[in-house]
Amino acid sequence: MASLWEYANPAKFSRTADVVVPWVSVLAGIALVGGLVWGFFFTPDDYRQGATVKIIYLHVPAALLAINAWLMMLVTSLVWLIRRHHVSALAAKAAAPVGMTMTLIALITGAIWGQPMWGTWWAWDPRLTSFLILFMFYLGYIALWEAIDDPDTAADLTSVLCLVGSVFALLSRYAVNFWNQGLHQGASLSLDKEKNVADVFYLPLLVCIAGFTLLFISLVLLRTRTEIRIRRCRALEARERMG
Amino acid sequence: MIDLGKYAEVVLSAYGASFVMLAVLVLASVRKSRKALKNLQKAEERRNG
Repeated sequence: MASLWEYANPAKFSRTADVVVPWVSVLAGIALVGGLVWGFFFTPDDYRQGATVKIIYLHVPAALLAINAWLMMLVTSLVWLIRRHHVSALAAKAAAPVGMTMTLIALITGAIWGQPMWGTWWAWDPRLTSFLILFMFYLGYIALWEAIDDPDTAADLTSVLCLVGSVFALLSRYAVNFWNQGLHQGASLSLDKEKNVADVFYLPLLVCIAGFTLLFISLVLLRTRTEIRIRRCRALEARERMG
Repeated sequence: MIDLGKYAEVVLSAYGASFVMLAVLVLASVRKSRKALKNLQKAEERRNG
C-alpha cells in the first residue's frame, strides 16, 4: 500500500486523480439521483411539517458538508504549515468554493424551509448565526487567496485563517447543544434512536449524504488537479520569461 | 406528478435553488479544469519547441 505522503508529489496526485475522478463522479451522480428521487417521490409527508420535510434531503447533506469541508481544509492547512507540501495547500484552496457553495445551499434551503415552519426566513439563532459566520469565513478565505500574489505567503496566511475559522465550523455543528435556545431543532441525525429522524426519511437521507460526500470528493480532486496544473503552467511561464 | 399540497412552491424553490448552485459549481470546476489543461499543454509545447 502506497504511503499517503506519496500523494504530496503533484505528478503522482494528478495521475491518481485522472483515474479516480471519473469513477467517483459516476458514483456521486448515481447516489445523488437515487437518493433525491427516493426522498422526493417515494417518502410520505411529515405529520407536522407536511411536504416541506423533503427539503431535508438537500439541507442536511449540504450543512454536513459545509462543516466537514472546513475541517478537511483545517487538516490540509495543518499539513501545509507543518510539512510544507504544496499539494495540501492547493487541496485546501480547491475545497473552499465547494464548501462555500454547500454553506450557501444550507443557508438558502434553511431559510426557505424556515419561512412556513417558523414564520420567518431568518432568526439570530445560534446555529443559523454560526453558519452565516462560517459562510463569511469561506468568502474571506477565498478572497485572501486571490489577494496575495506569492502562493506560499497566501498558503501561510489562509492556513492561519482556516485555524481561526475552525472554531466557527465546530460551533456550527454543536451550537444547538451549547445553547439550548433558538428556533433550530436539534441534530436530525443521532445515534439515539428516539432523537433520530424516522427510518422512512433516514434511509434516503443517508443515500443523499453519500451522494453529496462523493460529489465533494470528486470536485475537490478535480479542482486540486486544476490548481496543480495552473501552478505548473505559471512555473513554466516564469522560466520562459527568465530566458 | 407528486402532490406537494400547499408547500409545492416552498419545496420546488428549495430544490431549484440547490440544483442551480450545484450546476454552477460543477460547470465552473470543469471549465476551469479544461482551461488549465489547455494552457499547460501550450506552455509545455513552447518549452519543448
